[in-house]
Amino acid sequence: MKAIEIHNLKKTFGEKNVVENLTLDVEKGEVFGLLGPNGAGKTTTIRTILTLLKPTEGQVTVWGHDVVTQPRDVRQVLGYVPQEKAVDRFLTGREHLILVADLYHLTRPEAKKRIEDVLALVDLSQKADELVNHYSGGMKKKLDIACGMIPNPKILVLDEPTLGLDVESRIRIWDYIRRLQKSGLTILMTTNYLDEADQLCDRIAILDRGRLAAMGSPESLKKGLGGDRVTVRFGPGRNRLEELSDALKKELAFVNGIKLSPADHEMEIRVASNEEAISPLIQKIHQHGHLILAIQYSRPTLEDVFITYTGHKIKEDSALL
Amino acid sequence: MRLLLQETRALTMRSVKRLSRERISMIFGLIQPMLFWLILFGNLFQKTAQIPGFQAPDYITFLTAGVVVMTVLNSGLSGGVDLLFDKESGFLERLLSAPINRNSLIYSRFIFVMGITSVQILVILLAAFLLFGVYPHSGLVGLAFIMLVGLLFGLGLIAISLTLAFAIKGHGNFFALMGFLTLPLIFLSTALVPIQAMPGWMAFLAGFNPMTYAIEAVRELIIGGWHWGHLLKVLVVLLAFDAVSIGLSSRVFHRQVG
Repeated sequence: MKAIEIHNLKKTFGEKNVVENLTLDVEKGEVFGLLGPNGAGKTTTIRTILTLLKPTEGQVTVWGHDVVTQPRDVRQVLGYVPQEKAVDRFLTGREHLILVADLYHLTRPEAKKRIEDVLALVDLSQKADELVNHYSGGMKKKLDIACGMIPNPKILVLDEPTLGLDVESRIRIWDYIRRLQKSGLTILMTTNYLDEADQLCDRIAILDRGRLAAMGSPESLKKGLGGDRVTVRFGPGRNRLEELSDALKKELAFVNGIKLSPADHEMEIRVASNEEAISPLIQKIHQHGHLILAIQYSRPTLEDVFITYTGHKIKEDSALL
Repeated sequence: MRLLLQETRALTMRSVKRLSRERISMIFGLIQPMLFWLILFGNLFQKTAQIPGFQAPDYITFLTAGVVVMTVLNSGLSGGVDLLFDKESGFLERLLSAPINRNSLIYSRFIFVMGITSVQILVILLAAFLLFGVYPHSGLVGLAFIMLVGLLFGLGLIAISLTLAFAIKGHGNFFALMGFLTLPLIFLSTALVPIQAMPGWMAFLAGFNPMTYAIEAVRELIIGGWHWGHLLKVLVVLLAFDAVSIGLSSRVFHRQVG
């Protein structure tokens, strides 16, 4: 049994297909990331898993329970950390946790112990009895995570866990997520931060306009692009780069592919992931009588993966920033 | 059942805690009906008591029943506000993602708002006694029936408010609609003037307003008359009003949250 199984999920609001033919599994114990821009269908997918939305078509099971026919069983195994501000500013941190503990039917002694544990986990023990009104953004998020952990869930679902947080808080939240994974928890998170997905997730699914564009570990997705990239710029004038390109492909085994710029003075070479490729590459180019103006070596990023599979950048609309 | 109680108690306590931290809004909520309606309005319209067919000894005595029921109206119709804000802030989503009986959300609202309303009724009656010497001549049993009538009317109002909180997008629209509803309900009732003093068409419409029934019953109990037949009729009308609004509310609610 997988932690979460989604089979052919489709969700329609009115005429609009928000999620289409989504099929994916989340393994037990992994951190799985749903990656995509706003409107990609991440939140809809999450809400369906949380039983807050019913699928239009398809099947979703969580820890073996069907979200449509056994919603209460599903809710019992999930902890949820909503996107933002899902706190009541007139309650203290501890009062939030007591409320959530009651909603998951913990007994008094159970609740008391659990609350101390989660407060310690997110370093909020000192501030637990202050009104949330006086909390910083990072502290509210910590409280959100603490609330999500109260039921001692099998799967923790985090919707954009670091949206709008400062750098320090982000790094701390990442640290909690790693610690929770080590304790055996399965984690499903959405994000539109590529670095976050790269840092945290064992596997990611790239969603674009409601469809699954790619899925795999960040490493394998990056490797799937054909290796590291060497960009070489040449001087102005006629460089006859096509001839050079053919020669390089023929003579160097580690060259996986070459793309030429239309202006005939730049080439982008994909090489098997190895920085030692640079030296022989430069030599070869010199042997063929070309003068290198500048050279840049870069490993593929998740951004490259995203662009390759969706045809656009993740943050084209400035509303995301 | 035990689980439902635990959930409902926890959600009710949340509202109680919130209220205890919003002291200013609590105090104004209590003072507003007394200051505005009893003192200002009551004194301004004293001469209304000279209208032929006016049964109460003076206008303040007459108005007290109106103020009691108007307060029930205001509290009841704002009963869905917290839920509306929970919906907008995402807090509702947190509550709904927990394995709770959905009804506990509704029950806790009813319990909390009816508790507040009871306190408000008692405070208004106390103020009417201390400031103007008005008290329910029907005694403690009468007071109990005043509370019962108030709460039965409040029950239906809370249901309506919760329905609107779920059905309407955005709190701006919600408050606009509430403002639009409140004044006609008051003026098309006998809160401020007796039915004999109303233009024919308004008196006709007031006959369909459940608020009129609640006010008339409370007024009789304050002035001192026991009209069991009329009281029973009022209770039946209010129960019917509750049944309709709760039925409607539960349909909307379960369509929204499953």
